[in-house]
Amino acid sequence: MEKELLLGNEAVARGLYEAGVGFVSSYPGTPSTEITETAVKFDEIYCEWAPNEKVAFEAAFGASLGGKRSFCAMKHVGLNVAADPLYTASYIGVNAGLVCAVADDPGMHSSQNEQDSRRHAIASKVPMLEPCDSKECKEYAKLAYEISEKFDTPVLLRLSTRISHSRSPVELLPREELPLREYKKDVQKNVMMPAMAKPAHKRVEERLLKLKEYAETSGINKIEWGDRKLGIIAAGSSYTYAREALGESASYLKLGMVNPLPVELIREFSDGVEKVIVVEELDGIIEDHCLKNGIKAIGKEIFPLEGEFSQATVREAVLGKKPETVSFDGEIPGRPPTLCAGCPHRGLFYALRGLDLYVSGDIGCYTLGAQAPLLMIDSVLCMGASISGLHGFNTVRGKEQAKKSVAVIGDSTFIHSGITGLIDISYNQGLSTVIVLDNSITGMTGHQNNPANGLTIKGDPTAAVDLEALARAVGYRRVAVVDPYDVAATRKAVIEELSAEEPSLIIARRPCALLKNVKHAPALKVDREKCVGCKACLNVGCPALSQKDKKAAIDPMQCTGCGICAYACKPGAIVKEGI
Amino acid sequence: MSVKNILIVGVGGQGTLLASKIMGKVYLGRGYDVKVSEVHGMSQRGGSVVTYVRYGEKVWSSVIEKGEADVIISFEQLESARWLEYLRPDGVLVSSTQKLDPATVIMGKAEYPEKVLERIEKLGVKVISLAADELAEEAGNARSANIVLLGAFAKTQDIPKEVWKEAVAATVPKKTLETNLKAFELGYNN
Repeated sequence: MEKELLLGNEAVARGLYEAGVGFVSSYPGTPSTEITETAVKFDEIYCEWAPNEKVAFEAAFGASLGGKRSFCAMKHVGLNVAADPLYTASYIGVNAGLVCAVADDPGMHSSQNEQDSRRHAIASKVPMLEPCDSKECKEYAKLAYEISEKFDTPVLLRLSTRISHSRSPVELLPREELPLREYKKDVQKNVMMPAMAKPAHKRVEERLLKLKEYAETSGINKIEWGDRKLGIIAAGSSYTYAREALGESASYLKLGMVNPLPVELIREFSDGVEKVIVVEELDGIIEDHCLKNGIKAIGKEIFPLEGEFSQATVREAVLGKKPETVSFDGEIPGRPPTLCAGCPHRGLFYALRGLDLYVSGDIGCYTLGAQAPLLMIDSVLCMGASISGLHGFNTVRGKEQAKKSVAVIGDSTFIHSGITGLIDISYNQGLSTVIVLDNSITGMTGHQNNPANGLTIKGDPTAAVDLEALARAVGYRRVAVVDPYDVAATRKAVIEELSAEEPSLIIARRPCALLKNVKHAPALKVDREKCVGCKACLNVGCPALSQKDKKAAIDPMQCTGCGICAYACKPGAIVKEGI
Repeated sequence: MSVKNILIVGVGGQGTLLASKIMGKVYLGRGYDVKVSEVHGMSQRGGSVVTYVRYGEKVWSSVIEKGEADVIISFEQLESARWLEYLRPDGVLVSSTQKLDPATVIMGKAEYPEKVLERIEKLGVKVISLAADELAEEAGNARSANIVLLGAFAKTQDIPKEVWKEAVAATVPKKTLETNLKAFELGYNN
């Protein structure tokens, strides 16, 4: 049998392929993105990037109703956006199977919070599976479709950064091609208004009881007896950490289905061991379930509620063991991620410097503008909140405040959920100035096309959202377009638009410097005669710049010749090569 | 056998993922269970990055913890210091002598420590150091420092050189094959 080392995300995509899935709609979000990027490589699966997770879920729901197994993927906070369709899709159920993968991020490798998406499964009353390696990622993706169709329910597949981004061996099997299921009009089932939703809710509760029975008996949750002094209950990566740390010195109840949880199986396990410990990252959901059912279990009194676990976490909490290590005998300077050399966002942020503005930020690469040396962002909440948040801020602080503040939001985030905020401002007679950082790509998640750049998920040309026309259509009369590499002109436009007595949209347009089709100017160089060593250029925070022998230095390997540092250099010491 | 742990550390954008991909292919081909844990997304650009490679009869966890790495392959001196705690006290550090100033040092908020690799050696750690960046340029492409380091690491392993070279050939783009094989040799024979 052919075996390959696949990422958890790639293995989920393989599972979709083998399960005969025909429709995938997702919004990119670390760590879930590669599922859809892998699925699109299979010609048999229609794939698309949706403008946001709510749209993705609804499109997948529609495809399920239309008779094809369908799928959507998102990160944990994306499921908040898609929560609305999820909760009612739970009432309606499916035609062909419907699965939604949600990737949590314990340890927040790339997220703004650490919420536990199992809460959504519990609240929406849908089953949730949780694989522990790539092999299970594939198997559970396929199993999720069986469960979805058998119990007439959407199914959540819970991943985490560690599962999504770890490679382990997976066997590749052929695809099972399924015919399009018949669509029959069924108002009682598919139209949710009170008269139909009341019996639907009853069906959901009955379904949950059947799913509980499945959790007890199907074998997806299984006991592995070892030493009976200690019993570990765990799912996903936590299970692998416990196995690694404790080996055969414990017995295990490995949970593959984390909602609904079994009761009798846990009781049987608990009766067979002297002590039960629950190992689970984030919230103590399994532990609470044990306690509620009168099963004594230790969990969050020895394990943290925050952060990512490892075998060391288990060793320390359960065995009290700490590792033997060697440590460097000195200070180690930090190395946080930075905006890349040539990043157009840097030009925009530098243009705002010294204007003493309140800057309402958003989610994307440009969130890094909050860090030293730029220090340009005042607040970041969630996707799209820069615009709506600024509207609230300015409304309570008055007209003058609107002239001292801007929202900054990327093109993809603007499409995701910034447009409604823009409408909020124009409709409610606000004055706020919004800056869209249009770099023609979804950058932070690793370069996905989006509705604003005119390319589909496969890179084919398609209709592009005309941001200028859109702003005008929702009531903005003032729309300015600037090149953020031209710092002086950008700064002038910002000052002008802030002084206007009506709302403005500024589009700072320049493609991401890492895009393959972007041509760079030759590297700049420092005229050491003119350089006074003032370090002003270092304040643009470009990784290509440093100081050598008390003068500025430019790394020609990294420099893209964008010229933002040359704007910052008052003595004019940063020049083009050959001058 | 017990599970072997290899930590690959560097700066985002240096090509640590390619090295781990080749290693995974080699160990899987030798019949081992393998887990490789990666860092993804542009968010790591220019930041400190780590990849875990684990192989053995059965590998459970995909992460390597403090005091567990048999080998650390480091693309940059400061990163060798940062991740040193992850090495077993009897482990081996394969480190490039390359130095990349982090933003904190560039802005003068912190100092790049002096003589990093010598100081690590003084702690009793076995260090194999090489100028991977310079050797890569010698091979014909500064970006193949990752393959130079892979070569230096392969030398410490009980697997025929040809197996490694085949895995390199099966992984890198065809047009960079010659450069990469030369880079591998330069690292291996360092």
